Amino acid sequence: MIAWTIYITFAGAVVLLFMPRFLARWIALVTTVADFVVSLIAFFQTSIVDLAHFNTIVRVPWVPSLGMNYHLAVDGISLTMVLVTGIVAVSTVLFSWDADHRQNEFFFWLLLVVAGSYGVFLSADLFLLFVFYELVIVPKYFLIAIFGSTNKEYGAMKLTLYSFFGGALVFIGILVAYVTAGSLDLNQLAQFQFAPQLQAWAFPVLFLGFAVLAGIWPLHTWAPTGHVAAPTAGSMLLAGIVMKLGAYGGLRVAMNLFPQGFEMWRNWIAILAVIGILYAAAVALRQSDLKFVIGYSSVSHMGFVLLGLATANALGVSGAVLQMFSHGVIAALLFAVAGRMIYRRTHTRELDALSGMNLSHVLPFAAFTFVVASAASIGIPGFSGFAAEITILIGAWKTFPLAVWITGAGMVLVAAFTLRALKKSFFGDAVSSVRMQEGRVTLDADWNEQQSITAAEKIGAALLMFATLAVGLYPKFLLDRIMPAVEAMRCLK
Amino acid sequence: MSYLELLKLASPEAVIVVTALAVLAIGLASTRAFALCSAVATLGLVFAIGAVLVLPQNATLFGGMLVISPLNSLFKIICIVLAVFTVLMTPSEKSLRNHGEYLAIILLATAGLMLLVGSEEFLMIFIGLELLGLSLYVMAAFDKTDLRSAEAGLKYFLFGSTASAFTLFGISFVYGMSGTTSLAAIAEKLTSASVQPLLAVGIIMTLVGFAFKIAAAPFHLWAPDAYQGAPVPSAAFIASASKVASFVVLGKIVLVGFAPVHGGAAWHAMVAGWSPVLATLAALSILVGNLVALAQTNVRRLLAYSAVAHAGYTLLGLVAGGRDGFSATLFYTTIYAVTLVGAFGVVALVRRETGGDDFSDFSGLWSRSPLLAGCMSIFILSLAGIPPLAGFFGKFYLFSAALGAGGNHGLLWLVALALFGSLISLYYYLIVLKVIFVDETAAQTSVVKVDLLSRLSLTLLALLVLLLGITPETLAARIIASLP
Repeated sequence: MIAWTIYITFAGAVVLLFMPRFLARWIALVTTVADFVVSLIAFFQTSIVDLAHFNTIVRVPWVPSLGMNYHLAVDGISLTMVLVTGIVAVSTVLFSWDADHRQNEFFFWLLLVVAGSYGVFLSADLFLLFVFYELVIVPKYFLIAIFGSTNKEYGAMKLTLYSFFGGALVFIGILVAYVTAGSLDLNQLAQFQFAPQLQAWAFPVLFLGFAVLAGIWPLHTWAPTGHVAAPTAGSMLLAGIVMKLGAYGGLRVAMNLFPQGFEMWRNWIAILAVIGILYAAAVALRQSDLKFVIGYSSVSHMGFVLLGLATANALGVSGAVLQMFSHGVIAALLFAVAGRMIYRRTHTRELDALSGMNLSHVLPFAAFTFVVASAASIGIPGFSGFAAEITILIGAWKTFPLAVWITGAGMVLVAAFTLRALKKSFFGDAVSSVRMQEGRVTLDADWNEQQSITAAEKIGAALLMFATLAVGLYPKFLLDRIMPAVEAMRCLK
Repeated sequence: MSYLELLKLASPEAVIVVTALAVLAIGLASTRAFALCSAVATLGLVFAIGAVLVLPQNATLFGGMLVISPLNSLFKIICIVLAVFTVLMTPSEKSLRNHGEYLAIILLATAGLMLLVGSEEFLMIFIGLELLGLSLYVMAAFDKTDLRSAEAGLKYFLFGSTASAFTLFGISFVYGMSGTTSLAAIAEKLTSASVQPLLAVGIIMTLVGFAFKIAAAPFHLWAPDAYQGAPVPSAAFIASASKVASFVVLGKIVLVGFAPVHGGAAWHAMVAGWSPVLATLAALSILVGNLVALAQTNVRRLLAYSAVAHAGYTLLGLVAGGRDGFSATLFYTTIYAVTLVGAFGVVALVRRETGGDDFSDFSGLWSRSPLLAGCMSIFILSLAGIPPLAGFFGKFYLFSAALGAGGNHGLLWLVALALFGSLISLYYYLIVLKVIFVDETAAQTSVVKVDLLSRLSLTLLALLVLLLGITPETLAARIIASLP
């Protein structure tokens, strides 16, 4: 059932290419909504007991002579990730509703990213997983290089090369696992005993390869540049889905295949994660471009995911998965406000310029959305961010008490930069409008004409806000499904 | 052994030679009969495929001079199919006069390819190599009005004849050591011998000629000029069919003939033999090809340097050796050839419209011809090794074979280098795609006209690249089954 998410999306992408322009966005919407509905039905239909193990859905021989199978499977972790992909994909299409430049191509690349992501989350064959993983990268390049804004070609190339660098490391790790164990089946590989000497070097190669995409410090620099260069839809997909692919791969493949290697290196992962949280938050505090602030905040929040993975206990790892869901939704919401609601109308993302526009009066709905997103991002109880981060920190307390203290301080920084961005962008004082008129930032004369928030934007924002609130108020809903699946992994202590 | 039987077993070659003569005659009779010449040539090639199909499973003539085996038949067919696509490309090349002669030479080169593929004996291999080489020199220099074409031909000829001389010299050494020219017999003779200096010289010299043919660094210097200067179909043929046949023969020579002196290329555990030599060639090719390609602004030159790098990747399978390694090499070289014929097909059409093949001629191609842009992006992404295209599976197959060989991941250094190389290569492949899809066209917004035939053959090639990526089993299983 849930495998249909992949087929529907690929079919939608191919159909799009041959359709007239005005139909493009409708096809994209129908496709993503269908995916979302499919994943929702699967979510409620599958019993919780079945989600404790990586249960096969489809398994057909693909390249028998090399032992490759078209093998899909699902457990609580992948189902959660599929769900967040569905939510983000639908809202991404809604926030690109007025795309007017090469629409067919735009939605084609967009759907390819989504399809590849579904594929990664559902693959139970290492080769298949890697195929989908690499498939996501090139569409991102085109999304950014063709449809992006600031410095788009540089940002696109940087992001793509970083991704492929990570991909090359993953490639080595996968090849080593394949030729040593002679199998590509993730469930079989998860039972295989690799020699500790092999794990000692294969784990860091494989994990680092995935972690590049998750924005691990110091290999995170593609993320802010890429987010800023990308069109709104690109940033939403990138922060909402693609960064999760890396974290998911690290958990599903690297940690699960090489548990002893993980044990040897997990302190280092925790150190890098904590540095990432603090460093990105500190940098975000000094940014003048709203998208850069959110870009760095993504790196900071993904640091929590990595910290959760490094704890190696059920609570911490489940918290990491929950954080992947939560951050996917929140980051998409933040980028939607910054890129679509604000930038499309004001043609600037400079915080100083925005603070003179008194946007909270002009765009009240945008202000409301941004307040909700900021609250969720800071970790106010009641939103998903809180539920996820508190779970991670409780998990981390058992293994890295020091890290929890430092991260606690880091959360203050997160609050600081988020509130600063919120205040400057929506609740600024009129004083700085003088500076704006001095020509520091050119203001588009006709931006008032398109000020009202469209229905599509409202629906998209409402969907995302509902998701973060629902999970924040009732995290058990997801955790019940995530926890058993995490406990079944052998990388836990 | 009657002549009748010889004729029966060599019927594909005979069909092609007869077709070549027929095309030549038609070309002489009427200078305008372009379409007729192409049709006859294509028909002849199709007949040759049929002739290959009805050959017996296994036969050996004259101590290996002509060998019919599943492997040889498969690659004869692949070479002929590549020749068909080259023939289909010729009408779009305006600069060619004497169409009949050009097609006849393509056919003769194809006959050379088939002799090369179908032989397991050094003398016959050398004759095939020369027949192929001489035809290709003429093809490269065929455009008499273009200085670059003459340069391409001359360079190709000078390098090629020197390389042939080396190979012949090396063969004579090997013959001196073993007293035979048949690959299987050589292998028997060499089993007892360790690698003596004389044999080492013989092996290396023999390999030089093939390193030249597959454009492996440092014997690649002819490639950029030949790829850029020669008429596009000639360049496509040199880059595709000639390479496939060379890899087949090279594989047979090292894995059958020189099998006892395999040596070892594992890091810290190098053993004298041919595999460290090929490993060095591979490493150099990957580095030189990819790094120099970064600086190119001409699509054909870029393809030439990327070809050097791809020769390096392909050698990985031979270094690994064994059935796995050989089949990985054969798979990769086949899909690479298909991809490159397609890429050159696009280049030919763009060149006909804009008169050049620099990056600027490709800028904004997507708006001038979505079909060409789409096909080109499939070919380029396959070269870059992006799933779900054939190049990705090819690389996975090659690298896993290389990593699995030699025990304890001995070739990891070479695989890591190759992955590093393909990471570099992504940059310049993406630049080509950026030029096509992102850059806006300058004042000249002429639509690139694509005739029906080119449209069909390019779509077919693009689909082939896509399908071989999605269902690689169709080709891989066939190659594996054909290996002894």
